[in-house]
Order: sequence, then structure tokens, then C-alpha cells
Amino acid sequence: MLTLGEKVRKIRSKNAGPFWVTIDIFCGNKKIYKEVCNKLTNSAIVNLLMISEQQLKRFEIDDLNVIKFSFPRKIIQGDIFDRDMHGAQLAVLLSEMKF
Amino acid sequence: MIPIKVLVPSGVLGLGFDLEALNNGVKNNPHIISIDGGSTDSGPYSLGSGTSKYSRAAIKAEWKSLMIARKKANVPLVIGSCGTCGTNGMVDWMENITIELAEELNQNIKIAKLYCQQEKNFIKKNFQLRKIFPLNPAPMLNDQLIEEMTNIVALAGAEQIQECINTGAEIILAGRTTDTAIISALPLMKGANPGSSWHGAKVVECGALCSTNPTSGVVMVEFDKTGFTVEPMSKNAFCTSETVAAHMLYENADPYILHEPGGYMDVTYSNYYNIDKKKVRVEGAKWHSSTQYSVKLEGAKIAGYQSSLLVLLRDKKYVENVKKWTDKLSKFLKKEINERMDIDTSEYTLEFRHIGLNSTLGELEKNLRSPVEVGVLCLITSKNQISTEIAKLINPFLLHFPLSSNEELPTFAFPFSPVHSDRGCVYEFALNHILELDNPMDAFQIEILEV
Repeated sequence: MLTLGEKVRKIRSKNAGPFWVTIDIFCGNKKIYKEVCNKLTNSAIVNLLMISEQQLKRFEIDDLNVIKFSFPRKIIQGDIFDRDMHGAQLAVLLSEMKF
Repeated sequence: MIPIKVLVPSGVLGLGFDLEALNNGVKNNPHIISIDGGSTDSGPYSLGSGTSKYSRAAIKAEWKSLMIARKKANVPLVIGSCGTCGTNGMVDWMENITIELAEELNQNIKIAKLYCQQEKNFIKKNFQLRKIFPLNPAPMLNDQLIEEMTNIVALAGAEQIQECINTGAEIILAGRTTDTAIISALPLMKGANPGSSWHGAKVVECGALCSTNPTSGVVMVEFDKTGFTVEPMSKNAFCTSETVAAHMLYENADPYILHEPGGYMDVTYSNYYNIDKKKVRVEGAKWHSSTQYSVKLEGAKIAGYQSSLLVLLRDKKYVENVKKWTDKLSKFLKKEINERMDIDTSEYTLEFRHIGLNSTLGELEKNLRSPVEVGVLCLITSKNQISTEIAKLINPFLLHFPLSSNEELPTFAFPFSPVHSDRGCVYEFALNHILELDNPMDAFQIEILEV
């Protein structure tokens, strides 16, 4: 079984201001984009990141073949318990997810 | 209107740019040179302490190139968010660098300084008047929290930058400003399409990140009545409709909407197409003015004083049982700290992170294999500077703490002497709010000087 990272062109994550994180999945082409849109559920993302479904925003950007998720950080950027100031390593969790 | 060309040398002063590309930009006759000087991107320390993230020498070297370019182009040069955080002190810091360079370069310049820092009493008054509103999510605001903040800034928008441009200043040193406003201000003034002025500004606010060659830095964006055209200035960089469109996603929670002082832009119906190999044309963004003008606030407060220790475990038994080891050690240390120093656990936090195991993702980590070695990072944060003394108490136990009582005393690897590092004062963000203003200049001041 492929991982999501092996399936798509690129996955990146980044802080969007100190209070939010955003994840962009660049699918690479329309076929994979459609497949990921259909199979990748919000609940899978919510379980993976341990966040609540109400806080998750999902965008499907047809023109770019991109699926984007945004959600408020559980730990505000730079808090003493923050482990990853820019949230850029979160993308690895999605990359390594079985798809 | 004549099209307005804005030259953006890079995403932020201090990151570097291609000098040849900058010269190409100057030759293309820009109407203004705009560069960002900061952001909250690196965390709360810069704002909390009111200091620059980048070294003064790096800032001065790059600012020198830009002052030379400005003179050649004979147009205004504007920097937003001086010294990373954009406090008044950092505007003055930038002024100091500018005056030094003006002397070195033998330039006579009119400078406008835009101050964006907010007095605590002004914020308290507006909070009581219900002119401050939380964004989602936001810390719960009250007078005590306002009092605890070390620095509060409001983010200037296009209106305040336009006030500065109208003074006729050749160099504008702005405190905290939205990344986009330093770019959109002039085209908006000259009658360019409002939605496209903000959209184009957003596309180039990180310099050449909207191109195929992000590190080349320099881009030119040209605004007119119906849209904007973006072109990288390095001969090795190209903009494609995809690299340009994709930039709206970057660091943005919402890929279509961007809030700015005075309204928001919506790029849902934008069209992107390549004019040639390098240039991309974009039209279709809409600007929606709000009835009430507001600006965003940023603030930071002291979170505590922090000390850290690092110990390396290579012994297989300890690597395999590292979590159990630190749990046991943590319990033991809290008791020792209480008994020997008379400090209750409510006065400090003690945290262990396992480097090599899950120190990046913490409880989210799925891939928990036993590594060859583990670095145990011990973090102590206290309300006052006692964290150093706590670290010193921890030191011998971190070196020798055994898993069981009936074994020879182990000794782990300390990579440093002294083992502990004082991280000093650490800060946290304390505001994610907006402030309503009757007049855009109500929370901002401009000072003019000639050197």
C-alpha cells in the first residue's frame, strides 16, 4: 500500500500566523487530485492530528489540484511547550499516512 | 492611469538577494522600492524583547545596497516592520543604521518614520470602550494581561504608508505593517484596481518565492486599472501561472480571502496566465471595504525564565526504557526541588523531550522505533530566574540516575560544560485581536527628519 506522500507530488505544512497551521497537498495531476479528494476524509485528518473536526477547514482548489487543510494550533507558536515553531514538520505525518 | 511598478528586492531584509537582479529591477524604472523588515514568523521573542531577529551587520549591508539602488532609481524606498517586530525602538534602530549609511554614501535624504507601537493605557481604554475584538482563536483579554505585555504593536495598512508617501520622504521606515501594505499603498493611491493591488502585493510579499527560483529574491510587479503583472528580475527565475497562484496558499489559512486594515480581498475568481516565459498576468481579485476601519494588534508577554540541559543516552537498556527513566527521574526531581529548595511545582515547569524518539511531533508521532541513542532535553521554565538553580540541582541526577535501585550507578554522556544553558527570558504571544479606529492615523504617528 502506498503512503499519501508517495501518491502525490508534494505535501507541505506551515504556520499561518502564530495561531494557525495550514497543510497543502499538491496532487500533481487531476486524476490523483480527484482520487485524494474522494478518499482522504476529514475524520482521517482529525484523528491523525488530534484536533476537533469543527476546527478543521478544508479547501479543494481545482485549478491547482491542491487540497488544503487549516486549523488552529493546539499550542500557540512559541509557547514553552511548542516543539515546532513553524509547524513545517507536521506534513511528515500526512506523507507517511497509508493511503 | 499610468501603470505603477513596485520593485520588491526580497521577502525580508536580512535574507539576501541577487545584486544583478536588483540592478535589472532599477533599470526597469520602478516607481517605488518596497521591502518587508519583519514578521511574527519566528515566534514571540522578537516582539517580546523588542529586538531584531537578524544581525545588525546583515541588515546594514543589505540596506546599503537598497539605498544605493534608491538613489539610482530616484524613487521612494520603504521598509515595513523594521527590526522584525516593528516596535518604536526598532524603527529608531533602523533610523540609526540609515543615518550611518547616509554619511558613508554621502546622501542627503528626507526620512519619514511611522510609529506603530501602542501604549498600554491606550489599549486598556479601547478595551473598556469595546473597540477591541478577539479573532479566532485569541487569548482572553483583560487589564492585567495588557499590563503584563512587554510590547504591543498595531499593524499599519496602506492608509498609513500612503500618509508617509505624501510627506515626500525618500526613505520610509515603518514600524509593524502588514506585509502587503508597503507594496499596495502606491498603486492604490494612483488608482490601480483595488482587489488586484492587494492580490499583487500578496503574491510578491515573499519576493521571488512566487517564482521558480525563490532565492533570487527580486521581483517587479506592475499594477494597472484591471490587474497586475509579475516578473522576476533574475535571469534564472521564471514566473508561471502555477507558481504565482500557488503563493496564495503559502502561510495563509484561507487560500481565497486576505484580511487587511479597512477590508478584505477575495481572489476566488482570479485568472492567472503567462504573458511570456517569465511574466504572469493576473486579473479578477475583488476588494470589499468594511464599514468600520480596524487594524490588527500583536502583543507579547514574559512566559518565564528558561534553562535547559542535554544528556545523551547510548546504553541499550536505557535507550529502550527512556520514557520510563525520565518519568521516574521527573518524579524524583520534583520531590528533591521541593524538599531542598522549597519550591512548589506550581512555580516552574519541568519537561523532558526525547530527541531521536518523538521530540518533533510529541504525542502525534506514529513511527516509534527504538533508536541507537536518545538525547534527553530537559527544559525548566520558572516565573523568576530560579530556573538556573533548579538546573544545577538536576545536573548530578541527570548524569547518574539509575533505573533500578540494585544496580551499579550509571553515568551518561554530557556533551557540554557547563551542562546547563540559560535561555534567559522567554515570551509568549498574548494578543490576536483587532482594534477599531475612527481614523486610520489614530493609533499611529509620523516623524520626519532630514539627514
